[in-house]
Amino acid sequence: MQGEDLKGEHTEAADRPPAIDLTGIDKSFGAVHANRAIDLRVAKGTIHGIVGENGAGKSTLMSILYGYYQADSGEIRVDGRVVDIQSPDDAIAAGIGMVFQHFMLVEPFTVLENVMLGVEGGMRLAQGAAQARRELQRLERDYALEVDPDAVVGDLPVGLQQRVEILKALYRGAETLILDEPTGVLTPAEADHLFRILRQLRDQGKTVILITHKLREIMAVTDTVSVMRRGEMTATVKTAGTSPEQLAELMVGRRVLLRLDKAPARTGDPMLELNGVSLTDERGVTMLDDVSFTLQAGEIVGIAGVAGNGQSELLEVISGIRRASAGTMRIDGRPVDILHSADAARQRRIRLAHVPEDRHRMGLVTAFEANENTILGYHDDPAFANGLLLDRAGIRGHAVERMEQYDVRPPDSRLKTENFSGGNQQKIVLAREMERAPKVLLVGQPTRGVDIGAIEFIHRQLIAMRDAGAAILVVSVELDEIRSLSDRILVMCDGRIIGERGPEASEQELGLLMTGIAE
Amino acid sequence: MTGTTPAPQTPTKARRSARRRGRLPAWIDFGLIPLLNLAAALLVAGLVVLFIGENPLDAVQILVWGALGYGEGIGFTLFYATNFMMTGLAVAVAFHAGLFNIGGEGQAYVGGLGVGLAALALDRFVPWWVTFPVVIAGGALFGAAWAFIPAWLQARRGSHIVITTIMFNFIASALMVYVLVELLTPQGAMQPETRTFETGGQLPELGWLFAAFGLDIGGAPLNITLFVALAACALVYVLIWRTRLGYEIRAVGFNPTAAVYAGISTVKITVIAMLVSGALAGLMALNPVMGEQHRLQIDFVTGAGFIGIAVALMGRAHPVGVVFAAILFGILYQGGAELAFEMPAISRDMIIVIQGLVILFAGALENMFRPGVTRIYNVLTGPGRAPGEAKAGA
Repeated sequence: MQGEDLKGEHTEAADRPPAIDLTGIDKSFGAVHANRAIDLRVAKGTIHGIVGENGAGKSTLMSILYGYYQADSGEIRVDGRVVDIQSPDDAIAAGIGMVFQHFMLVEPFTVLENVMLGVEGGMRLAQGAAQARRELQRLERDYALEVDPDAVVGDLPVGLQQRVEILKALYRGAETLILDEPTGVLTPAEADHLFRILRQLRDQGKTVILITHKLREIMAVTDTVSVMRRGEMTATVKTAGTSPEQLAELMVGRRVLLRLDKAPARTGDPMLELNGVSLTDERGVTMLDDVSFTLQAGEIVGIAGVAGNGQSELLEVISGIRRASAGTMRIDGRPVDILHSADAARQRRIRLAHVPEDRHRMGLVTAFEANENTILGYHDDPAFANGLLLDRAGIRGHAVERMEQYDVRPPDSRLKTENFSGGNQQKIVLAREMERAPKVLLVGQPTRGVDIGAIEFIHRQLIAMRDAGAAILVVSVELDEIRSLSDRILVMCDGRIIGERGPEASEQELGLLMTGIAE
Repeated sequence: MTGTTPAPQTPTKARRSARRRGRLPAWIDFGLIPLLNLAAALLVAGLVVLFIGENPLDAVQILVWGALGYGEGIGFTLFYATNFMMTGLAVAVAFHAGLFNIGGEGQAYVGGLGVGLAALALDRFVPWWVTFPVVIAGGALFGAAWAFIPAWLQARRGSHIVITTIMFNFIASALMVYVLVELLTPQGAMQPETRTFETGGQLPELGWLFAAFGLDIGGAPLNITLFVALAACALVYVLIWRTRLGYEIRAVGFNPTAAVYAGISTVKITVIAMLVSGALAGLMALNPVMGEQHRLQIDFVTGAGFIGIAVALMGRAHPVGVVFAAILFGILYQGGAELAFEMPAISRDMIIVIQGLVILFAGALENMFRPGVTRIYNVLTGPGRAPGEAKAGA
């Protein structure tokens, strides 16, 4: 393995014990060996990145460090002392704090109330609160983490909510801070701000462990990076001495094309036309505001935007999951009623296919067998019927064919869908939606939670569909993905399309547009 | 790349995938765990029996003998089991659509009105086999109608079906008292009940069938409703697992958001599933009304609607499981009656305590032994020896 010789480069920091020192951590879940003899040494006062594909064992390792799981064998040392971490309380006592991808905040509470939650101190709340406020002010001053202590957390933007999470960990005396995929929900500007905070924390002597699958972030902010693959630690290298290509190769175990080769689009007739589409939800909040655009056959149009700016609602209106409050839509020149009824089955009949953003919530019934999911939405197709009953043998045969074609592993159509990995689940959804050669294909987050190897495959499939004449609309929070896939990019902010750019537009330019700063 | 590892992102997801990894073979899931639950219930019940100064082993012996030891006992056991099959199926169908229908009691009661009215209209003019399809339609229709309003309120207005169905049990109870007392009781009768049906409104009993096997079921009112219940089990299996409607019902039950994405109307499926559920509950009325009493009486359901919930839970909402669980509760019902008779210290209320314990362990605490059994199973099979357990690689 190429990374082996890079191991043990850490001897230079021998004068100080490492902040975190894991030796021989091993963890199995039944038949699954999640962590194999992991050694990890995180030097004090550094930002240490951990990268790896989905399912490589990063989160398991961090869950062991934070006390959610106990390792089967191995040793954890914090500042040179062996510690026994049985629960998150033990981890906090050892000075380890964790910021989860999905925040653990009580939204109707204020920042101060969230920070002191669980460590209120004494029977009388006011006393603890006064003390917490003083401490909070000190932390904010020391680490440039400004947040109004009396703001209600639910009203804060995600970037600030994340800061509250960091404050919570620091308030509990964290010396080492673990961040799990912290930038997934942030705008590029918010991410930059987060990185500034992390550097500030490092400069004040704190240690930061950053789990991510975004190589760009690793390159931008970390000092050292460890790569995990299939439960093993394959390499630990100095960030300055490596490249994204090398890291990707270490992660996947083979050479990966990070750039997508594609011919220029040959566009045809307009396939999807939206005119003045607006959506106001039950609470009276405007989710979509006068959205108009045209999608032509043979092109991929990307919608860039920070999550929660109307992209999900747009996909739901187009695909017939919810009604719009105003506007018109045409598919292949024919008007489709989007105001009075929402019926996803009708949209499917006129050959609009939809790969939803969240496969667990929407795209799959995970408790179904794989073959049952390969007909979801197409289950009333006479091809799957045998008189009054479902043609189960036919459905299974069809499923196995599709699974082989899309390289779903294992190609076992009777396996429960929840037992496939994320990438394979996504391929099941893609196979189902793409196989009927739709005229319009909506794809939300095509590669969310999918590992690098599968991303390549999915992207190539999308390009092939485009070249076959499909009109494809891609929504993704990954700007890299939008830029490499799209022939045109529409930027959404606050439910409006606020600009159109070519794929050559720079990340900064798109990032500014996404936040609604530049038009 | 098979065998890559699961990567929990958050504690909740971690716990969920831990549960997923703990999949068990069917014989444990559907055999061992229900038996463990039953054993635990009997153990606690045994302690209660011990506490009141009786010998638990004697009690078990009397209970089992009373239910299965002789022809008449078996007849009664199966008669009760027939009731529980119908109400258990009713609850099971609703479960598959993600609905908790605890209104089986009321739906069966009102279903009895449909059965009774059809029987009263026809019994003097035609033989039972002409009345039979009509009373089946009547019971199903009235039961379904009683389930429709809660279903519609749930589907359209989001009124929680647990609340509305339990309220409808009370309304049904009051309604039936009114209908029986004011409208259906013949003039001069002392009891609030209809006149006794003529032979055209009486279902054939099954004594002859058991006699063919040399078993005398004596006075047990076991009748052909048993076959209606077994046929309903088969039909429910076909409906849920073999038809498009069943596919849609399960999709809505497992993941309503995905169902809407697939173009399935959750409103329609919610209403249809509840109508089927109510119809099945309504059919339960055939057994006591036309098979046993041959008249419509106050409170003939006697809790079978509620026992149906336990039957469905214990039978894992599968028709085969429902049949076995219904027989188990039939045994408890019949054997319990025998026990109360034989052991005066064990009153009728004690029997209800024992049944309650079984419901508690089999239904409400259904998952109590699961984590432990899963752990033991994983230790015994060891890593790398559990086929199909490993997560598929990307």
